[in-house]
Amino acid sequence: MSKLIRMDHTGHSTLAEWTSDDPAAVEAAVDAFRAELDRGYLAMVSTGPGHAEQVRELPLDAPLVILRLPISGG
Amino acid sequence: MAEPLALAPGPEVLPETAAVHWRPRVDDARLRRVGTLWTLTTAAHVVPFLGAAALLMWLNPLALPVALACVAHAWVIPELYAQRGANVLRPRPRAAAEPERRAAGLLGDLVGHDARELHARTGLVLEQGRLGVWLVGEAGALLLRHERPRRAYCYCVRVDTRADGASKLPSGDRIAHLLLALRADEQGFATVANLSFSGARWRVRRRVAAQMRPAIHAAVTRLDRRSTTLP
Repeated sequence: MSKLIRMDHTGHSTLAEWTSDDPAAVEAAVDAFRAELDRGYLAMVSTGPGHAEQVRELPLDAPLVILRLPISGG
Repeated sequence: MAEPLALAPGPEVLPETAAVHWRPRVDDARLRRVGTLWTLTTAAHVVPFLGAAALLMWLNPLALPVALACVAHAWVIPELYAQRGANVLRPRPRAAAEPERRAAGLLGDLVGHDARELHARTGLVLEQGRLGVWLVGEAGALLLRHERPRRAYCYCVRVDTRADGASKLPSGDRIAHLLLALRADEQGFATVANLSFSGARWRVRRRVAAQMRPAIHAAVTRLDRRSTTLP
């Protein structure tokens, strides 16, 4: 089961869960993913210890996709 | 536990770098230059005061109070800069208990056991990078480099407060935001961040909260361990 989560004021919110053999769940996840990107979130997947990658399309095989806000110099 | 890998170079450049397009991308050479510049700037502040103190004493020993004031200035100015550096690691106000717990859980999933344990004790996450060893806090990060481990680079960087809900994020989420950006593009992270201080590590260590000092010690230990394993 893959998860799309957004880091927010609740700690994090699970926006979608899917398996690649469930087209309805995948479609809902893709919609949720695009909606959050449109809101300005950036999607990240961990690709090994000490490495993360930004993704612009929902990677259906990733176990966890994390949405983060942009950073800026303080 | 397996030793965490150094941050791999990502194929992507951090998109936030577009907002600071005028800044040269940070790399080893730039860090060296910036470090040297900070040293020269500090010297430019300190040496005239010390010189004035010496001159006053040579002219008239009765000017001792003024000379001491000059020496105090020479001491205080670098300390103020170091305080600015230490402030990047200062904890921010807590969110409610449940969001903090959930955020800490997610952050714990992103890091290894040692880093998780260190975060629980100090509030900082240790991350091995290519530029050096990072300590990531809620609103900034401290970088220690292998080639000059006695120098600390303090970066002020945070979740963009113009973004919706950013001001209400729990502490674990703040760190996780920075950590993911750092892991995606370390050089881009250092480019986006504002350098608050570069100078003596001991000055920063003295000025961070006592519970955070073990994290600096852990970073130094990691540097030492890595130095001995490098060819």
